[in-house]
Amino acid sequence: MVLLTRKIEFSASHRYDNPNLSPEENRRVFGKCNNPHGHGHNYTLEVTVAGEPNPLTGMVLDLKELKDLLEREIMQRMDHRNLNVEVPELAGKIPTCENLALLIWNLLEPKIPSGTLHRVRLYESPDLYADCYRPAASNRGASNFASTYLPDAETGH
Amino acid sequence: MGPADTVNHGIQTKLKVALGRRYHFAAAHRLHSNRLSEAQNRELYGKCNNPHGHGHNYILEVRVSGPVDPATGMIANLADLDAFVQRQVLDNYDHKSFNEDVASFRDTDTVPTTENLCIDIFQRLKTFPQATLEGIRVEETSNNSFEYAGEHTEDAAQ
Repeated sequence: MVLLTRKIEFSASHRYDNPNLSPEENRRVFGKCNNPHGHGHNYTLEVTVAGEPNPLTGMVLDLKELKDLLEREIMQRMDHRNLNVEVPELAGKIPTCENLALLIWNLLEPKIPSGTLHRVRLYESPDLYADCYRPAASNRGASNFASTYLPDAETGH
Repeated sequence: MGPADTVNHGIQTKLKVALGRRYHFAAAHRLHSNRLSEAQNRELYGKCNNPHGHGHNYILEVRVSGPVDPATGMIANLADLDAFVQRQVLDNYDHKSFNEDVASFRDTDTVPTTENLCIDIFQRLKTFPQATLEGIRVEETSNNSFEYAGEHTEDAAQ
């Protein structure tokens, strides 16, 4: 099995607010993320597909097809959008990194043209990400940690 | 989204969501084993055996998993995780010397290699009440990194 990862970046705004909680409770639970007018992030999405290289093409899947799928399903839906207002799939949900990663998994999994979706990793900042994956036996041993050193522009580390 | 969204498709396992968070600390250490001679220490640890120690800007990556609470959309509140890591690790490690200031190394004759840092950090974090600690990873430099997921890695990690 070979793993292939495609990375894309998008920018979006959001606000954490649960209408079942009082304004005070919302501020206590969500802190700055409850700011009434929202805030935004530059998200980095890594989509990993697992499969055997096709003997004819040498590819697990055609990167162009994956790129087009990500453009159609993710970029057009989320890039430069307000996640609370403009993404109907998130209605009634808090648009956290966890929920976004789950939505992205559910949008992509049935549409991966060849191979199988192995992992969705969504970075909200260089220091925070959420992963979505199926802990299948075949995945055992694969490291789930960030594989690359991401310099943090804010702290200079 | 709650467990209801983590649909089972036939033989596939349930979807799992994990959260990764990176922290930074700077600390000094000297690699020196009391079980070896001075010459053996120099031979084994090289520059890292320099008697006056040296330091690194470490990066700690913490991975936790668990069900996503539908009320908050979160596995665990980041404020809780940050405060826990601050109290359990960063307050004890940041701008300290492992050999002289950190009891879990100083008092146990443990060489503060990054391997041993990983094990010490895992012990400090495994009691996080709000989620399951999947594992930790420490970068000593951008070229050296170490991971630890406890002794039952088949159960704890993917």
